[in-house]
Amino acid sequence: MTTTIETIDKLAELSRISLTEEEKETIRGEFDAILGYVASISKISKSGEEGSRSIVATINVLRDDTNPHESGLHTETLLSLAPRREGNYVKVKKIL
Amino acid sequence: MTVPIDLTTLTIKKAHDHLMRGDFSALDLAEGYLQNIEAKNKELNAFLEVYANVREQAKEADKRIKAGTATLLTGIPIALKDNILVKGEQVSASSRILEGYRASYDSTVVVKLKAAGVVLLGRTNMDEFAMGSSTETSAFGPSKNPFDTSRIPGGSSGGSASAVAGDLALAAVGTDTGGSVRQPASFCGLVGLKNTYGSISRNGLIAMGSSLDIAGPITKTVEDAEIIFNCLKGKDVLDSTSIELKAESGKLKVKEMTIGVPRNFLEMKGIDADVLANFDASVEKLKALGCKIIDISLPTVPHSLAVYYIIMPAELSTNLSRFDGVKFGLHKDGQNLLEDYLRTRTEGFGKEARRRLLLGAYVLSSGYYDAYYRKAISVRTMIEQEFSEVFKTVDVIVTPTTPTPAFKIGEKTQDPLSMYLADIFTVPANIAAIPAISVPSGFVEREGKRLPLGLQLMGAYGQDALLFEVGKSFEGV
Repeated sequence: MTTTIETIDKLAELSRISLTEEEKETIRGEFDAILGYVASISKISKSGEEGSRSIVATINVLRDDTNPHESGLHTETLLSLAPRREGNYVKVKKIL
Repeated sequence: MTVPIDLTTLTIKKAHDHLMRGDFSALDLAEGYLQNIEAKNKELNAFLEVYANVREQAKEADKRIKAGTATLLTGIPIALKDNILVKGEQVSASSRILEGYRASYDSTVVVKLKAAGVVLLGRTNMDEFAMGSSTETSAFGPSKNPFDTSRIPGGSSGGSASAVAGDLALAAVGTDTGGSVRQPASFCGLVGLKNTYGSISRNGLIAMGSSLDIAGPITKTVEDAEIIFNCLKGKDVLDSTSIELKAESGKLKVKEMTIGVPRNFLEMKGIDADVLANFDASVEKLKALGCKIIDISLPTVPHSLAVYYIIMPAELSTNLSRFDGVKFGLHKDGQNLLEDYLRTRTEGFGKEARRRLLLGAYVLSSGYYDAYYRKAISVRTMIEQEFSEVFKTVDVIVTPTTPTPAFKIGEKTQDPLSMYLADIFTVPANIAAIPAISVPSGFVEREGKRLPLGLQLMGAYGQDALLFEVGKSFEGV
């Protein structure tokens, strides 16, 4: 398994991270070691019961949409955490 | 202060008895720990912050004690790992990306601790977002092991373990995703508990791997760990994966228990000879307690670490996508929104976080999803089944908690894979959602210093109570 710099570039882009050329080289080497290790599971042949589900497999847990809290109760607490705000809005740069 | 308090031998149970008898007050006790923090934290780097209202909390606890409404935990000074939300207090997961962030609500764990009257001392250092086994990935420098300050205390809840072992707190609450409570507890001569997945609410913990994470106590005795667990446990409407543990089965007598030793797991390379000798001695102790010891085979379980390093980065990279410099935490300005994201995340996340974000993106990407993520999920289910089969014939499975004693600061930072292998024995319990506890099992000597080791006991899903019984008997030998 050899990871290419192009793969690292693509993954960094997906992760919204910038890497220096030196960091890319380091991560590429580490990736080979880590992926080489985790790939060992590909040798395990399936022997578990077919269709069995993990105990931690998630299921949707829904509740009735009732008893809402008072409107605006948490607005100030949460907006006060935003690095940029304008009135009751979180401010971001224009996208289009 | 009425009587000088000997913090070194104090336990939650003993402190509670003293508080009830009026030998000292909760304020005296808190002062004792604050003095130790003042004297020792500079060297140990266990606490990132001591809360400003510790004395006020202690005075409230004293009022409850006087009023006769105290619980076992009222007035007990406890440290919190820096990924547990306390309303109004800073919390950072030891990352720059949460710079200046103050929690907008109490985690369920903290709601319960506050209701019990605990004195929350402050927040303790950890690996960034709990990604590490040594606290060396913290943005605020490593914590030190009180047994040898040239060594790490373990991780990721290393600041918590360092605080308790150094008598800077009577107990701590950390989180365990792949061993982050048990491994530092083992390295610092303490008890570390990771319960059945879901038995403690995750609401208000900063998420790492959501199908693996659970909060857990780091204490001096098994009894203390059980006291904290009994306070924290229970189903919570704010965490849909939380569960109510069923009442324990009747079979609790240690001398009637069967203990399984997974020999194949112990024959892997990289396990220290002294650790194996200490483990064999621990097994002999269990035998002397009347337990029946049998060898068991767990062929798939040793693959847990490989499964973990696929599932955890996948979940982590998803969980960390919320840190975008828009809603809270660090913001670094760029020319446009994309540059804002890039600059914020590049400057906010440390090296290990970046490595795991990329790994997560890799195992989830369309070309590799089947080979990595889907395969890992399937092997995870096989591991669960393997454990549940073996638990039909044994009550408890034992392993060493760690393959080596505490390592030196810097020893493994250049080789991530060797760092990951420090969790080889602890990760399976998270993968299989089963309970596990690390109990001190003695010492080895390295360069003239005594370094603690731990014995890990694992139980079947939901059978947490068995571990308390065996753990208490074992620590009494």
